[in-house]
Formats: sequence, C-alpha cells, structure tokens
Amino acid sequence: MTALLSEELLSTIGRQSEPRREIVTRRDIRKYAVATGNRQRKYLDGDEAPPMFHVPLFWDVVELDQLTPDGVSIDSLLPKFPLEKAMAGGLKIEYLKPVYPGDWLTATRTLTDIYEKQGRSGALIFYEVVMDITNDDGELVIREKTTRILR
Amino acid sequence: MNTTADASRLAGIQPGDTLPERFFTTDIIQSMLYNAVLWNAHRIHFDEPYAKNVEGYPGLVTAGPLLGDWLHQCLEEWLGEDGRITAIEYSNRIASYIDETVHSGGTVTACDHATGEVTVDVFIKNEAGDVITPGVATVRFTDA
Repeated sequence: MTALLSEELLSTIGRQSEPRREIVTRRDIRKYAVATGNRQRKYLDGDEAPPMFHVPLFWDVVELDQLTPDGVSIDSLLPKFPLEKAMAGGLKIEYLKPVYPGDWLTATRTLTDIYEKQGRSGALIFYEVVMDITNDDGELVIREKTTRILR
Repeated sequence: MNTTADASRLAGIQPGDTLPERFFTTDIIQSMLYNAVLWNAHRIHFDEPYAKNVEGYPGLVTAGPLLGDWLHQCLEEWLGEDGRITAIEYSNRIASYIDETVHSGGTVTACDHATGEVTVDVFIKNEAGDVITPGVATVRFTDA
C-alpha cells in the first residue's frame, strides 16, 4: 500500500478479461494495410497480416450507448484510479508467429501491475496490461504489454 | 527463399548502418479510415472544435498506434523478405497532428551474425526534428 494505492486497488492486479476469439480475414487485412499507408503488396493484397494487425483485430467493438460523449469507451479491466490524466504510454510487442487470413486468434488481457512513482511534478501511477494472443493450437502468437502513466 | 542472398545480406550488416527514411503526411481521409478500422471514435481525431476547445490540442490528433505502425513499416521496408520483426518496444512521447509531415528512420545498434538477430533503434521525428516516437526493435534475418 502507498499514499495513492489502496490495498483494494492493488488487489485488482491479476484481473483478467474474458478471452476474445476473432477470425483474421483478407478484407480486414487489406483495409488495415491501406489505412496505414503500407506499401508492401503481400499486405495490400491481404495474403498475410502486417505486424500490429492485432491492434484493430482486438480493439473493443463497443456499442454506441457504451461510448462517452467524447467518443471513448471505458476499459472494464481497469479499476478506478485516484489519478486520471493519462500521459504518454509505452508498448512492448513480441511477435512469435506470422498471421494469415483464415487464422482464428484468441486474446486474453491481464492487468499485470500497478505501481506508484514520484515524478518531477508529483506522484504518478503506472499500470501494465498484457495481452496474450494464441492460435487454436494454444500456441502464443503475439504478446503485447502496454504501460500507461497517470498523473 | 534464397538462402545465399539472405546470408550475404546479413553478412553486410553492421552497427551504425542506417535505415532508409520515409516521410508520412496523414490527411483527414487516411485518419478517418484508420480510426474506422480500429473502431476508435475518440473525437480528438475527427472533431476539430472539440480537439482544440475541449482537449486543448492545436489540431486534430493522429492516432498513437498509427505512429507505432510506421516504425514497423520502416523496419520491414528495410528488411524486405530477408527477415522478420521479432520484438519492438516504443512509446508515444509527443503528439502528432493531421497534415503534419513526420518521418521514420533507424540505426542498427547490434548484430549477431551467428543467430541473425539484429537490434535497431527506430524513430518517428516531427518537422521540428523532435523524436516523437522512439523505439527499439529486434529483428531476425532468416537462414542465418
């Protein structure tokens, strides 16, 4: 327990989302490749998914009434933090296997850490979410760790 | 897959090598398509009065993960079919805006010719020359 982080808040570490299973389609790959300005034919044709294709694949398809007037959705994996202003975050992504159209992938998100640090202008809260993406054989395909900072 | 070509490609790589730079300018149409593909409805990306007056940005904000994608493209265009990205770590330090021109690039920092594993510092810089999205990637050349 620290000044900002109560036992109750820290007890949410380890919380896990329901696994989400999605299919990779050629059309979705092509749309992503075009929208990102990709210049490689294999992605523009949808023959293989480019890295980071898991970002749109597993972005929450929230319903209209779940969006705030600002157009954002609440991440139900996260507890209510005593600091709310989000600062720049970081990402670490490991790519273990290529992704092709027709693949079924399953993502599970886990809140893996919450900690406090003293910044130059006051206390900061850090939290980490790991998303493990596996194929239907149970093999890890992509692991993504997001670190966000609140002030 | 041409093993000989891949092996010689790796043999010629050494720390200090730089990746080809690429310039990116995202207009409102590309930004709309990207956020639609994500299902990202945050108003800072398409509602200019909101972005300026409510959230205090100078203009419409480019979605952060798009800058991350460009780091990957910078690496993959350099790799061609000779290798793959195995890991990347990056952060969005400074916001980027619609119609701003930014550019990507990178430098090889380590190279293991036995395993084919190469470490590369990558970046996105804005027009002022500030690194807005720094990253470190590990790539593996095939058939090392």
